[in-house]
Amino acid sequence: MPNRMHPCPGTPTPAHSTVTETHVITTSGLTKVYRSRGREVTALDGVDLHVREGEVYGVIGQSGAGKSSLIRCVNLLERPTAGTVTVAGQDLTALAGRGPRAGRELRRARSHIGMVFQHFNLLSTRTVQDNVELPLEILGRSGKDRSRKALELLDLVGLADKAKSYPAQLSGGQKQRVGIARALAGDPKVLLSDEATSALDPETTRSILQLLRDLNRQLGLTVLLITHEMDVVKSVCDSAALMERGRIVESGTVTELLATPGSELAAALFPVSGERTGDDRTVLDITFHGEAATQPVVSQLSRTYNIDISILGAAIDTVGGLQIGRMRIELPGRYEDNVVPIGFLRERGLQIDVVGQEALLVKEGAK
Amino acid sequence: MTWSEMQPLLSQACSETFQMVLWSTLIAVAAGLPLGILLVLTDRGGLLQNVVANKVIGQVVNVGRSMPFIILMVALMTFTRWVTGTTIGTTAAIVPLAIGGIPFFARLVETAVREVDGGLVEAVQSMGGNTWTIVRKVLVPEALPSLIASTTTTVIALIGYSAMAGTVGGGGLGDLAVRYGYQRFETELMWITVGILAVVISLIQFAGDFAARSLHGRGGRSGPGPRLRLLKAKETGAADVGKVA
Repeated sequence: MPNRMHPCPGTPTPAHSTVTETHVITTSGLTKVYRSRGREVTALDGVDLHVREGEVYGVIGQSGAGKSSLIRCVNLLERPTAGTVTVAGQDLTALAGRGPRAGRELRRARSHIGMVFQHFNLLSTRTVQDNVELPLEILGRSGKDRSRKALELLDLVGLADKAKSYPAQLSGGQKQRVGIARALAGDPKVLLSDEATSALDPETTRSILQLLRDLNRQLGLTVLLITHEMDVVKSVCDSAALMERGRIVESGTVTELLATPGSELAAALFPVSGERTGDDRTVLDITFHGEAATQPVVSQLSRTYNIDISILGAAIDTVGGLQIGRMRIELPGRYEDNVVPIGFLRERGLQIDVVGQEALLVKEGAK
Repeated sequence: MTWSEMQPLLSQACSETFQMVLWSTLIAVAAGLPLGILLVLTDRGGLLQNVVANKVIGQVVNVGRSMPFIILMVALMTFTRWVTGTTIGTTAAIVPLAIGGIPFFARLVETAVREVDGGLVEAVQSMGGNTWTIVRKVLVPEALPSLIASTTTTVIALIGYSAMAGTVGGGGLGDLAVRYGYQRFETELMWITVGILAVVISLIQFAGDFAARSLHGRGGRSGPGPRLRLLKAKETGAADVGKVA
């Protein structure tokens, strides 16, 4: 059984990552308050976000958590009430000016930030090709230039044969591909994805996410996406942030998050279940990643200390391109009796969370 | 009255009606379209939000819409003389017809433009498009099927209004029906006029629906089908003509 938990050493690692340490999107103290009829609703409450160049960054949260306001504040479709937004070294909040209308500078900056939408937002009266040409028309490119670029982009998203179709003739997934091609027309460094897969079925969602991932790798495109689906974060994101009531409550790279004991996001990304069978037992969550994943630790533990280990639940999965295993095991005896075996596991470089023990540890720490 | 006597009267009346309706429609569309779009843009939450301008335009349009055409015609006489040099005749009738048509069409444009999905506006904003780009590339093209239906409705309403143009010697089919049919008891001529009007209106409605539908078929936007649209158009058209008469 423990052998199942060991990923084969030959597992293909994700293609060379394009992530660098430069921050391409930075928000600091971003606050958005909506006022309507004397009532104030705080959608964003001091959000600090740092998205590194070349990464896919997922912001996850339930509806009403402020994700939508956040992504709209990044290209200033919504004016933040306070705080700053910097994209590719340019302080957009400084460009915005006072009025509600976007000035020339801000519009130029926006044309270099691609955006895809949940409901695609394609013009129904234009063909697929003309839809992709629209941002190029706004940029003032010549007709020949536009159609060459549009066909090139449609080819990139795999819709070269649909150039003359109308959006109504396409499936949801195809429409989103057009949306992505259109978002790439201005050669953006940054792509904002507003629930791009939420209106799609699981199969199509996978193919669209794959496309985003490929574009991220091929073009070095930085992608900031918001979603309410954990699977989206799991399958494409390098980093993630969890939003609740207008605040970011947890953030980091997926690897960091999974290595953070008690991380809500990690638990949600990669849940294991299993109930304790009796009072005098210790339940441990073991997370395997990196080198530790290749050692037969459970059988070693059992042999070394001569204890019977029951496995309550186990799963192995790929999160953010990394293979990760998680197992919930039960040892006989209370926590105090198992300090040595737990130490043994920690020594092996495994991440151990003692289930139901966090509260106890906090109490001890307080003393 | 024999057919040979009626025929020249009818053909002249037809050409007068045609002229009045053609020119007044062109003016109503040319002025009503920007006005209707402005009504949407200046509204609360609109791209050019301006509550004062919105209220002013809205009021002007409301006054124009609520005034019975026959009174509008009398009230505008000074203005008509200033524009055309006369208050009598077909050309003079075009002025009040056009002025009456502008607010009518503007309201229809407003409704049509409001139906355009706000997501499309947001998409073009995210590409760096300005307000003018949004109007030109999103609002007008996306609302086009509705705008064509609105134009059809306006033409039909203006044909109704033009019947009253006889009061200022504007001529036309309505005037012919009143003068010969009602005042001279030429019932036959009146019925022929009514028949011609019915056929013309049906043809216009059919052409308008066809144009709107062919655009729809291409775009395939969901919304009320052409049948429903036709019903709606007839209702508004009929209601208006009724109120005026």
